[in-house]
Amino acid sequence: MLEVKGLRKVYRSGSREVEALRDLTFTVAAGELVCLVGPSGCGKTTLLRCVAGLLDPTGGTVTVDGTPVAGPPPGMAVVFQEYGRSLFPWMTVRDNVELPLRQKKLPRARRRELVAEALSAVGLEGTESAYPWQLSGGMQQRVAIARAVAYEPTTLLMDEPFAAVDAQTRADLEDLVRALWQRLGVTILFVTHDIDEAVYLGQRVLMLSASPTVVQDELTVDLPAERDQLHTRADPRFTAQRTRVYEQIQKAKLRRGNASGAAGELSSADR
Amino acid sequence: MIKRLLLVLGLPVVLFVTWYAASASSENFYAPPLRQILAAFADTWTPARLRADVLPSLARLGTGYLLAALIGVAAGIAIGASPRLRAAAEPVLEFFRAIPPPVLVPVIMLFAGIGNGMKVIVIVSGCVWPVLLNTVEGVRATDGVLSDTARAYRITGPARLRYLLLPAASPQIVAGLRQALSIAIILMVISEMFAASNGLGFTIVQFQRSFAIPEMWSGIILLGLLGFGLSELFRLAERSVLAWYHGLRDAQRRS
Repeated sequence: MLEVKGLRKVYRSGSREVEALRDLTFTVAAGELVCLVGPSGCGKTTLLRCVAGLLDPTGGTVTVDGTPVAGPPPGMAVVFQEYGRSLFPWMTVRDNVELPLRQKKLPRARRRELVAEALSAVGLEGTESAYPWQLSGGMQQRVAIARAVAYEPTTLLMDEPFAAVDAQTRADLEDLVRALWQRLGVTILFVTHDIDEAVYLGQRVLMLSASPTVVQDELTVDLPAERDQLHTRADPRFTAQRTRVYEQIQKAKLRRGNASGAAGELSSADR
Repeated sequence: MIKRLLLVLGLPVVLFVTWYAASASSENFYAPPLRQILAAFADTWTPARLRADVLPSLARLGTGYLLAALIGVAAGIAIGASPRLRAAAEPVLEFFRAIPPPVLVPVIMLFAGIGNGMKVIVIVSGCVWPVLLNTVEGVRATDGVLSDTARAYRITGPARLRYLLLPAASPQIVAGLRQALSIAIILMVISEMFAASNGLGFTIVQFQRSFAIPEMWSGIILLGLLGFGLSELFRLAERSVLAWYHGLRDAQRRS
């Protein structure tokens, strides 16, 4: 269970202030998969870093499983967009997946078990002793997902995890995330700028406004739990809901066009 | 393979032969024929001599170098990881680094005497700067996403040092250590030339003062060989420690 209440973030550099997040309130129920979409530069990453406890918000609270977040909470795993920079290049795939478990002080046998399970869950058996940079981009992101899965989190944050992989790999990884989510019953907050991806993956889609960001609209996705790339994407309901999200995002973009000057400052706020 | 071997050995062989041929009929007392120098080399650097003079030199070099590495990396990590400490320390560090280390020898002699301690201090005081400053740079340049990842998975304290900061800074640390190695050899010789009763630097100066010129040259050649050997050892160590780094760079270049 993840609760965000009145979250606000203002970046200060010298006398300049950039309000990245204005007032964000939403809840992700335990075991729910919620996607966040917004126009580019809307502070998605800022939001995610606040939720992950990596960034102190200016105002508001984030609560994970009943505990207010001040610093990275236990039981939360994060998958970043830049897989190439989020895996330790000096460690093998096995060590990368195992390191957080070591930190959790799990016994060795259990660690080995979890690593093996996680790697096979993402389809990476046999790569244990390879280094991340010896793998393709899609495989590297699988390693990052395996690391998150092995950590046995109650909450999983994903920050545009598939933005940098090719389209086919991306479809595979989307299905992988849905499959893992259904199997593990973990709460997932999935940030993306891709509207199709949000509707395809989520039980719910939260649409963010342009920065300074608020939750602009919300959509409960009306699609069967069993989804697949071919049929779900051809489903008229999918198309209709996609259109609705698309319109909202367009509206958000338009508003930003009117609020002059904001766009330039946002790129610095939305890292 | 043979081509590479030729490439590697070609220039040294040419230089050696040129020196040998050009100096063969030399009448100059200070630049004797290489033939004579080589003969002196065999006579001078007997096992007993190596033990009495080369071993103490290497011991000083090793002690000073390791101490400098330890201090440099430890202080470098501390300074690099704290922006405030860095802001306070950096100008001072740059100042100390700018002082040519040999200048310190007479100063250090004043309070550390002329024993082994003095030589080690001289070596440390010269070697610590490149290691320290490179480590600071390396820690500072740790990738932000990687630090975030470590924080998100609650990898903190000693684990953060061992699994994140040290390896992330290791390419720069190694670069600093490489610079420090050549400085260490220079300072070892210089400190022994100032005041010592054994060691390579001392022996070379003794030969020079007693006009044993071929022997003096043979000592210089030995120093060169020693430096070469040490840097080859260093290269081997680097190859294994930074294997991941070279692999990563190759992978990035290919893509």
